[in-house]
Amino acid sequence: MSLRLEPRDHASVSLKLTVSLAAGVIALLLVAVPVIAAGGTPLEAYWLMLQGAFGSMFALSETLNRATPLILTGLAAAVAFRAKLWNIGAEGQLYIGALAAVCVGSGLMQLPPVLMIPTVMVAGFLAGGLMMVIPTIIKQRFGADEVVITLLLNFVVILFIQMLVEGVLKDPLSMGWPQSVPLIAEAKLPKLLPRLRMHWGLITGLVAALILWLMVRKTVLGFEIRAVGENKAAARFAGIPVDATMLKVALISGGLAGLAGVGEVAGVKDYLSSDLSPGFGYSGIVVAMLAGLSPVGTVIAAVFVAAVFVGADSMSRATGISSYIADLVVALSLLCVLVGSFFLRFSVKFERRQVGA
Amino acid sequence: MDVLFDILGSANFWAAAIRIATPLIFGVLGALICERAGVLNLGIEGIFVAGAMAGWLAVYLGAGLWGGVLVAALAGALFGLLHAFLTVILGLSQHVSGIGITLLATSVSYFTYRTALPDVTSPPRIAAFQPLNIPGLSDLPFFGPALFQQTPLTFLALVFVVLVALVLYRTPLGLAIRAVGDNPASVEAQGLSVVGLRVGAVVVGSALMALGGAFLTMSAFDAFFFGMVNGRGWICIALVVFASWQPGKALLGALLFGAFDAFQIRLQAQIGQVVPGQVFLMLPYLLSIVALILVARRADYPRALLQPWTKGQRH
Repeated sequence: MSLRLEPRDHASVSLKLTVSLAAGVIALLLVAVPVIAAGGTPLEAYWLMLQGAFGSMFALSETLNRATPLILTGLAAAVAFRAKLWNIGAEGQLYIGALAAVCVGSGLMQLPPVLMIPTVMVAGFLAGGLMMVIPTIIKQRFGADEVVITLLLNFVVILFIQMLVEGVLKDPLSMGWPQSVPLIAEAKLPKLLPRLRMHWGLITGLVAALILWLMVRKTVLGFEIRAVGENKAAARFAGIPVDATMLKVALISGGLAGLAGVGEVAGVKDYLSSDLSPGFGYSGIVVAMLAGLSPVGTVIAAVFVAAVFVGADSMSRATGISSYIADLVVALSLLCVLVGSFFLRFSVKFERRQVGA
Repeated sequence: MDVLFDILGSANFWAAAIRIATPLIFGVLGALICERAGVLNLGIEGIFVAGAMAGWLAVYLGAGLWGGVLVAALAGALFGLLHAFLTVILGLSQHVSGIGITLLATSVSYFTYRTALPDVTSPPRIAAFQPLNIPGLSDLPFFGPALFQQTPLTFLALVFVVLVALVLYRTPLGLAIRAVGDNPASVEAQGLSVVGLRVGAVVVGSALMALGGAFLTMSAFDAFFFGMVNGRGWICIALVVFASWQPGKALLGALLFGAFDAFQIRLQAQIGQVVPGQVFLMLPYLLSIVALILVARRADYPRALLQPWTKGQRH
C-alpha cells in the first residue's frame, strides 16, 4: 500500500460541508484533553455545554444573541478573504460602528424608530466601512501590508473608545463607570421575543448573509470579487477594475463589522463601553474559515461558535473548569478546518503495489 | 524644550528604553528568521503569551529562572513546529495558520494559568531576574545606570542579535536560509532540503519569540497578567519590515521604538493633565503603522515569502 496525493480541480459542496463538520467535531474531541487535565469528565462536559447552549428557550436565545455579532463579523471576514483582502481589523471596525451608533442615536436628532434605526445602521455601516477603506487605500497607495495595519488599528481604536467613554461621551449618570450616554428609545433594536435578549440584529445578520449570497452569485461585483481573489494579475488583464473592487470589498467588509457593533449597542447594551466585544472581531475570522467563506455557511458556523461560548460558560459554572475552554475549541476548530482545506485541494489515493510485477 | 532635555538627559530614560526594547528585540529576531526562510509567522502574538506564561509558571512551580527561560523557549518551539507543519509541510495558508496559532497559544496559556491557579485573585509573584552588576561598567556615572544595569535577558537578546547576524551572513547555513526565502529552487538544486530548512527556521524563530514573552513575566514584571502582551507581537511584525529583515537594523528599530515608548511615558507624566492618557498609549501602535507606511515602497520582501514549496517543483 502507498499513499498518493492527487490535486483536485474542484471540491464539491458536500465535501466542504463534511470537512467543516469534521473540523468542529475533532476540535471538540481534542478538547477532552484539557477537560481531563482540569479534572473534569469529557462526556459530562460536552453534555453540560450542549444543555447550556440549546437546553432551554433561554439558552437558545442566549446562543442566538451571541451568534448575532458573529454572523456579521464572520461575513466581514468571508467577503474580504474571498478577495484576498486580509481584514484582521473587524474588532476595531465593530467598535467604530458602535461609536457611530451612539453619536447618531443618543439624542442628536429625534426621529421615529422607522427612520431612526435605519439611520443608526447606515451610520455604523459607513463608519466601520471607512475604518477598512483607509488601510486598503494605504495598501494601494503605499504598498503597506493591510494585515499588520488592521491588527494594530484594533488597539488604537479600543484606546480611542476608552478615551471617549471616560471623556466627552461619558454618561454623567453612570455612577462613574466609563460608559457612554445611552441610546434614545427610538434608536434601540426591538427584542424578537418578550423577556429574551435576542433582538432584531439577528434578522439584520440573516438578511446580510442572504444579500451577500445573492451578490456573490448573481452580480457583477460578486464576479469581480471572485476574479480578484483568484488571480489579481489575470483580473487586471481581463479589464476588471481591481483597485475599485478592493475598495468596495473593504467598505462592505468593514461595514458589516460596523453593523455588528451597532447590534451590540442598539440591541444588547444600550450604551458604548470599551468592553463591548469579547473578541467578536477575531472570532469572526474563525467563523468565516469554518464556513469555507460561504455566506450561508457563515450563519451556521456563527451559531456553532456562539454555542461553544455560551455552552462553555454554563459548563464552567457547573464544573469549575475555566471558560477559556471555549477559546480553545474555537482556536482548534480554525486549525482543524485549515488542515481540512488540505483535503479540499488534494484527494488521498491508496494504491496497492504490484509485488514482483 | 526643557521637558525634552530633562527626559533625554536622565539615565533612567535610557535604561527604560533598553528595557522596553528587549522583548521586541527577541520578537523581531524571531520573526526575521522565519520570514528570511519564507514563512510569515503571525503566531507571534500568541507565542509571546505562551512564552510569558510557560516561563513564569515553570519558575513559580520551582524551576530555576534559567530553567524557566528554557521552558518558555520550548513552548515557543512547539507552537513553531505546529505552524511549520501546517504551512511548510502541508503548504497551507500562512495567514490563517498564524492567526490560528495566536488564538491557540493564547487560549492554551490562559486556560493553563486558570487551571493551575484556580483560586488566585491577585497574580502571584516570582523572584524575577535582577539587574546585573558588571564591575566597572555598571558603576560608571550616567552610562552605568543608563546602559549597564540591565537584567541578564537583555544581554542575552544582544548576544542573539550578533549570533543571528553571524549565522545569517557568515555561515553556509545562513546562506541556505536566506536562499530558501528568496529562491527555494536554487536550494533544492544544491541538494539541500527546502522543507527541513524552513521547518528549522520557524522552530528556532518561534523559540526566540517566546523568550520575548518570557522577558515580560521574568524580568520586566514578576507576574503573569491576562492581556499583558498587548500587541507587542504585531508590532514586531511591523518592525521586521522597517528593519529590512536585517538583524542590525532590527536592533536599531527595537531601540528606537523603546526610546519612543519610554519618552511618551515620561511626557505623559509631564503633560498628562492636558492630554488624556490614551493618546499616549496609542502612540506606539500609530508609530508602528507610520513606520510601516514609510518603508513599504522600498521594502525588499523575501521573494518566496508566503509561497509554499513542494519537492521537485518547477517555476
